[in-house]
Order: sequence, then structure tokens, then C-alpha cells
Amino acid sequence: MAKSALLKSSLAKKYWMALTGLFLCLFLVGHLAGNLQLLTPDNALNFNKYALFMTTNPAVKVLSYLTYASIIFHAIDGAMLTYQNAKARPVKYAKNNAAANSAWSSRNMGVLGTVILVFIVTHMITFWAPMHFDKNMPLQTQTITMNGQPSEYYLTTDGSYLPKQQVDQKVIYIKNRTEFYNAQANVKIKEGYKDLYKITVAFFKDAKYGLVYTLLYVLSMAVLAFHLHHGFASAFQSLGANNPKYNGLIKGFGKGFAIIVPLLFAIIPLYLHFILKA
Amino acid sequence: MKLTLKIWRQKNAADKGQIVDYPIDGVSPDMSFLEMLDVLNEQLINRGEDPVAFDHDCREGICGMCSLFINGEAHGPDRGVTTCQLHMRMFKDGDTIFIEPFRAKAFPVIKDLVVDRSSFDRIQHAGGFISINTSGRTIDANTIPIPKHDADRAFDAATCIGCGACVASCKNSSAMLFVSAKVSQFALLPQGKVEATDRVLNMVNQMDAEGFGNCTNTGACEVECPKGISLENIARMNREYLSASIK
Ligand code: HEM
Ligand code: SF4
Ligand code: FES
Repeated sequence: MAKSALLKSSLAKKYWMALTGLFLCLFLVGHLAGNLQLLTPDNALNFNKYALFMTTNPAVKVLSYLTYASIIFHAIDGAMLTYQNAKARPVKYAKNNAAANSAWSSRNMGVLGTVILVFIVTHMITFWAPMHFDKNMPLQTQTITMNGQPSEYYLTTDGSYLPKQQVDQKVIYIKNRTEFYNAQANVKIKEGYKDLYKITVAFFKDAKYGLVYTLLYVLSMAVLAFHLHHGFASAFQSLGANNPKYNGLIKGFGKGFAIIVPLLFAIIPLYLHFILKA
Repeated sequence: MKLTLKIWRQKNAADKGQIVDYPIDGVSPDMSFLEMLDVLNEQLINRGEDPVAFDHDCREGICGMCSLFINGEAHGPDRGVTTCQLHMRMFKDGDTIFIEPFRAKAFPVIKDLVVDRSSFDRIQHAGGFISINTSGRTIDANTIPIPKHDADRAFDAATCIGCGACVASCKNSSAMLFVSAKVSQFALLPQGKVEATDRVLNMVNQMDAEGFGNCTNTGACEVECPKGISLENIARMNREYLSASIK
């Protein structure tokens, strides 16, 4: 008998949609925890430490590849579902009172998902790509005033400070984007932090487009909220978890998750744009 | 009551079809929806026009033959009833009522409001049965002890009349509620366990082959189903299918 492939059948598509969707929910929590560093008192260092951790820790590396794969798979699978579903009714109704029987978000997952995909791609171009590939990514510095004399220092991963002057005077040179080398001995002495904080703040405080970027970010989070409003509980149903005893709990948690997570994400650019002093 | 009916007219499967307006007067609120259409058809026949074709049989909500997408909802605006059980008192004098066939690629229109739902039969043939030996010496089904709770849920699933309102209401034209009811009514009972693996695989296979869409859990089917078939059945089918696929 045809053992339906765990890829092709209508139900199998749903399992993958649900598994990748729920994994992306976990990813959101992790990502949010990092972004919230931007709201902590020592925000620049905390945030850059988080960025370093995210780009170097081996466990995180595995998770991040899983995340890329999930996004791609979820988007392709979602596009296929949406396309097939549109084809399943070639002649539309002249009058369809869909609001009487289903929630708006549940009927627009494809559109909502597409907006999220556009957001993810732009988001990666702005923050993820420089972090991974930009040769001229700035390193984090701090101005320290001693005896009334302000001077700039690089912050290093071992918690010490390196005078910027030494780099300017070529006593120390920078290799592989973050490594400080002693010019004479040609040995690596310290490592700096890529200053993702600076890029982030500059992006949302941009004189010309900062407000637009902030509002687009907030709008995208609203779209994510609607996606999750339906998606979270829906994933449990797809995986066969439907028990009147727990449905209230799953739905309630899902609705809470759908509001709180995007809201916390959205607060950050609002804070950076409107409240943070330059 | 005086009404304006906007009815889908289509001569045959090949015809393109369109909505045609029919004013109708003297409709009693006590009439059923189908009686109202009977009145219209009598007028059409008297005028020498082609009466509106629609499906019906028992007219008491048990056969699943009647269909109709009325004002944007399968079986009309009332809950838990079929079109034949829908009363005209659900509408107001002066209302405009859209009457369309159940729409899905897997339910092609035969004529006017009549659609071909034999795709449901083929899904049923693919596994919606249990094989028993009927050559005498059959065991009375009642001798097999079944927990009351399971029996009740199997019975609830078995109340599906195969009308197709779930497909018609679903934005994806998915047949999941119907198929899951048919899978569940057996899956819950000891007699159905024997063929459970093949049943769910074959029925879902056939469902996909018929061109129904994929479920996205909008829940429209459950709301519009005249028999109150629950989404729990879809989740049960998802579980059955998952465990059958990895067996
Ligand atoms: C962080 C991002 C995302 C998260 C957390 C997420 C989460 C989810 C979850 C939990 C579901 C429910 C799965 C189910 O019903 O079984 C879902 C469904 C869906 N997602 Fe996403 N998603 C994300 C991004 C995207 C993207 C980028 C697309 C792209 C095009 C997309 C398209 C869809 C579609 C079409 C559905 C509906 C499928 C269905 O209901 O069966 N999603 N998503
Ligand atoms: S599940 Fe409900 S709506 Fe669907 S065919 Fe059965 S009775 Fe009709
Ligand atoms: S005619 Fe039998 S259910 Fe309506």
C-alpha cells in the first residue's frame, strides 16, 4: 500500500508547517532575549557580547542553521499550501460571509507570512549581513576621560581596554576584522567586539529614515502578532494535539505569546528612536 | 415576505453560468428554504422557464443531499441545520438572498445548484468501512465491550451526513472534517482498529487525489457543519495518519 511520503501528502505538509513554525517560535524567544539587552543599562556592551555569542557559539551555530532551514522550509511549504488551496476552488463565491465562521488571521496566513518573509530578508541585510561579512564593520570603542583628557579605547573580549591611539600609530594592527595584533611581534594579543550596537542605533536614529524604519519594524511585528494569533494554537491541532482538557490552555498561551513577544520586539526600536539620547 | 433571490444558473457542466435575479413575493416565514424554492420553481414552470435545479431528498436533515451556499454560508445563516431545515423566518422582508452551489474543484457543478459530490463516495470506498465475514456465525456487535465514552464519540463522528458543507465553507475547499469523521467513527471502536493503518492512509490519499485543498485550521467547517462534527476529529486523524505513516 502507498505509504504516503512524509513530505508530499496534505497532512505531512501540515506536520512540517507546524514543526518549523513552533521551532521558529522558540527562535523568537531566544532572539528576543538578546535584543532586550538593548534596554539594559550597559546596553552597548551587553548587546555586542550577545552578538558575538550568537555568531561564534557552536551550539548557537547549529540552532541558527536549523533556523535558516526552518524559515526556508516553512516559507516554501507555506507557499505551496497557499497555491494548492487557491487552486482547490477555481470558481469563487459571489458572496462569501467568511467572517461568520473564521478569524481573519486564520484566513490570511499566506499574506501575513509573506510580509514576515520580506521583513526577515531586509532585517538580515541590515544587521545579519554586516555582522557576518562586512570587512569594515566597526569595533566597539569607549571614550574615557582621564585628568580631563578624553581618549578612545577599544573594548576587548577579556574585559580590558586598548588605546585606539596604538592602532592609529600602527603599534597594533587589526586582522580578521576583530583580532588585535602586536605589530612588532606579529602575535595576536586581544580581540574586539564588532559594534552591532552602533549600527543598530544608527539605523533607527537615522536622521532621514529612522522614523520610517522604526514604524516599518513596528508594523512588521503587528503582522507577526496576527500570524502567531492563529499559528501558535493551529500548530498543536496540526500535530494532533486537541484535547478539550488542554485546548483552553494552549489557545490562551498562544494568544498571550502572540501579543507579548511581538510587543516586546517592537518596544526596542521605539525606545531607540524616541527615548535613547544620542 | 417579499425577497430578491440571486441564484446561480448554469445549464450544464460546460456552461459558464451566472447569477440571475428572481424577485419573489408571498413567502411565508414558516416555509422551509426548499419550500420557498419549490414556490419559485412552480412560478418558473408556469411562465415556461427552466426551473432551478437543486439537490434534496429526505427534507428532514438526515440524508445529506441538500446543499446550497446561502448568503455566503453553507446551509445558510442558521447553526446546526441543513438547508432543508432552514426556515424563512431567518430572513427579513425585503432581503436579498444569494443562492450558490457548494464550490470546490472536487465538487463540479452538474446544473444550477446541483454539484457532483461523488468524490466523497470514492474517499469512503478507499477505506471508510470494516471488512467482516457475513457468511453466518457472525458475532453480535453488542458482545464486544466498548467504553461508553468511546462509543459516544464514535457515534458523534458517525452523525456526519456527508453533505459537504465543510468543504463548501472552507477557504481551502478542504475535506478534512468529513474524512476525519469517517476515520474517527471506526478508529474509536475495536472493530475498526484492525484496518486502521490502511484506512487512514488510503482515505487521505484519495482525498488528496480528488483535489481537495489542505486544512489550515481556520475552523470554518466546524461552525458551518449541520451536525456539529468537532475539530477534535481532524486532530485524531492527524495522529492516526502520523502513526500510520511511520509504521
Ligand atoms: C518567525 C517567523 C515565523 C513564525 C514564528 C511562524 C509560525 C507559524 C506557525 C506556528 C504556524 C502554524 C502552523 C500550523 O498551523 O500547523 C504558521 C503557519 C503558516 N506560516 Fe508561518 N511563521 C513564521 C514565518 C513565516 C513566513 C516567513 C512565511 C512565508 C511565507 C510563513 C507562512 C505561513 C503560512 C502560509 C502558514 C499557514 C499554514 C497553515 O496554517 O497550515 N510563516 N506559521
Ligand atoms: S462533517 Fe459536517 S459538514 Fe462535513 S460532510 Fe459531515 S455533516 Fe456535512
Ligand atoms: S434533504 Fe436530506 S438532509 Fe436536507
